[in-house]
Amino acid sequence: MSAVIENHHDDHGHHGPAKGLKRWFYTTNHKDIGTLYLWFSFAMFLIGGAMAMIIRAELFQPGMQIVEPEFYNQMITLHGLIMIFGGVMPAFVGLANWLVPMMIGAPDMALPRMNNLSFWILPFAFFVLLSSLFMEGGAPNFGWTFYAPLSTTYAPPSTTFFIFSVHIMGASSIMGSINVIVTIMNMRAPGMGLMKMPLFVWSWLITAYLLIAVMPVLAGAVTMMLMDIHFGTSFFDAAGGGDPVLFQHIFWFFGHPEVYIMILPAFGIVSHIIETFSRKQLFGYSSMVWAMLSIAILSFVVWAHHMFTVGMPLAAELFFMWSTMLIAVPTGVKVFNWIATMFKGSITFETPMLFACAFVVLFTLGGFSGLMLAITPADFQYHDTYFVVAHFHYVLVPGAIFSIMAAVYYWIPKWTGNMYDERLGRLHFWLSFIGVNVTFFPQHFIGLAGMPRRIPDYALQFADWNMVSTAGAFLFGFSQVFFLFIVIKTVMGGKKATGEVWEGARGLEWTVDSPAPYHTFGTPPKVS
Amino acid sequence: MGNKKITILKLSAAVAGMYLFSFALVPLYDVFCDITGLNGKVAQTSNAESSISVEGREIGLQFISHNNAGMPWVFKPSKEVSKIKTGTLYEATFYAKNTTDKMMTGRAVNSVAPSNAKDYIKKIECFCFAEGIELMPGEEILLPIKMVVDDELPDNIKNIVLSYTIFDSKIEHNLTMDHDSDHMGS
Repeated sequence: MSAVIENHHDDHGHHGPAKGLKRWFYTTNHKDIGTLYLWFSFAMFLIGGAMAMIIRAELFQPGMQIVEPEFYNQMITLHGLIMIFGGVMPAFVGLANWLVPMMIGAPDMALPRMNNLSFWILPFAFFVLLSSLFMEGGAPNFGWTFYAPLSTTYAPPSTTFFIFSVHIMGASSIMGSINVIVTIMNMRAPGMGLMKMPLFVWSWLITAYLLIAVMPVLAGAVTMMLMDIHFGTSFFDAAGGGDPVLFQHIFWFFGHPEVYIMILPAFGIVSHIIETFSRKQLFGYSSMVWAMLSIAILSFVVWAHHMFTVGMPLAAELFFMWSTMLIAVPTGVKVFNWIATMFKGSITFETPMLFACAFVVLFTLGGFSGLMLAITPADFQYHDTYFVVAHFHYVLVPGAIFSIMAAVYYWIPKWTGNMYDERLGRLHFWLSFIGVNVTFFPQHFIGLAGMPRRIPDYALQFADWNMVSTAGAFLFGFSQVFFLFIVIKTVMGGKKATGEVWEGARGLEWTVDSPAPYHTFGTPPKVS
Repeated sequence: MGNKKITILKLSAAVAGMYLFSFALVPLYDVFCDITGLNGKVAQTSNAESSISVEGREIGLQFISHNNAGMPWVFKPSKEVSKIKTGTLYEATFYAKNTTDKMMTGRAVNSVAPSNAKDYIKKIECFCFAEGIELMPGEEILLPIKMVVDDELPDNIKNIVLSYTIFDSKIEHNLTMDHDSDHMGS
């Protein structure tokens, strides 16, 4: 895509950011809010990561060493909730805030005040959630999937606070999605038709629709829990005519699209990075768009593959098995296109490209273990074992999180005006890459051997691989503190970045200065 | 480009619609299970005559009873395992006793294994259809079941298990929560 840009420097100065802390509380600027989201998600990533370290430290050896089983259960629950709702999702929203307006040539998000609100309610949601750790009876301890009646009849009193925090997170996500859709549908630069939009914008448009469709269902599910706990209803209580299995259906009707919410923006990011560092146009743009659309639509008809062992009839098991396997087709198209983009390209391996390549390989690996889990009869063996843990960590850590790190390295010169230290970036990549594989690959083995998930103690035959996994986890954990150091170092200074930053980078965001001026595209660029 | 306000209104309507949809899933789920029989619950039939025949085959029938957590009643089948003939009316009873010193209302929920036998079990009468079974302190009762297993039952099904779980239908959630937090040892 080529673009003709007139950079408007004339309105600088008299309309810059406010001074001091107020800037961050009152801001309606999409770049400020993007920055807030990204730092917030980084903080949550480190908190959720610290919880993962507690989990892995306890699992270093068989037997109970460090924490009580009740506290272990609270840790696995909060680790999951914080990483999903506090780590990955806000990071993608932050990237959307920074990039979507610049990529479509819009001056800001469509609803800047709502944008401020949707960020600033998030810290309160997580304050409420984390404060439950200090309440009587402890934090929620039923796993991030909060199956009823474990999360209703048998739950600690703090569950009510958990429910409210989920409500707030949901409200934030819904407002963020409305904002993204309205921006994309109404504020694209003249000449930018839908099929000319950058893939990150496409991926976020689809993600936002998914969020709008399923976050209200999650809100409904926790509302029903709230009523079961406090108002004597029996949505999930068989004694009153309800059905606990209904909870699982409602939860996974939200939960499965949710996992694609956490990976579609990654698809967009990786497409941009592979295109840039292969110095070629992306292979199969329109098939990429159609693949994302089909994945999004299919995500609504596969939910029960999370509950094969619940006692479904054969016909339903077959339907959910086949529909799940069908998702491998559009996903395969995407992987093929990324590889075809690299084919005969003049590839260089700067840090973003390293992360993007690792994404393609390791996400595909996680996809393959997903295919294994989709085989219903095999799933009866794998269900609730460490094999499942290995599977979803492979698609989320070297999948979603690697794509976020790749995005940070790729766009941070545009955000700060400084190049990151390439040597340190590559070191961070290799530490993360080795760490992630040492952590999660052995979990395939112990899972297939039968180690159940969500258990603080285990049989002796799993001891060796658990020790390896814990060693890898600490390597991965500490390399993220190193990542924090690299980011701070880049914000503080470094080699000045050019406007284009990367040789041959495509897209409107590279046509403005680095760092991007506080206001960009006051006059819409013309896209031909 | 389009009008921002219209887009916002449409999206807000979608959010509200999906929220209502999550609640609509509750009755939809029941209807879906009724039509398809996916959750293995056997519904009441008034017309079981068509299933009655003379040339049935012998199958094994087993009754299982469970007490939901915190339900103190004695609840068990009068006869656990029996041989029955398909196409023949079969009557059985469950024994229940309220062991507490207060009046209680129980509710039994049934399930069938294997689940594809569900369509061939015609229950004319079952205590599991009752919304509630009220028992005075110390009261005992024999709860009846009348059923026919249809001749059309697939040949590969040689045994049927009927499971009943008894719940306290007026359970106080707050009581159980206090009870649980005692065990938390926070």
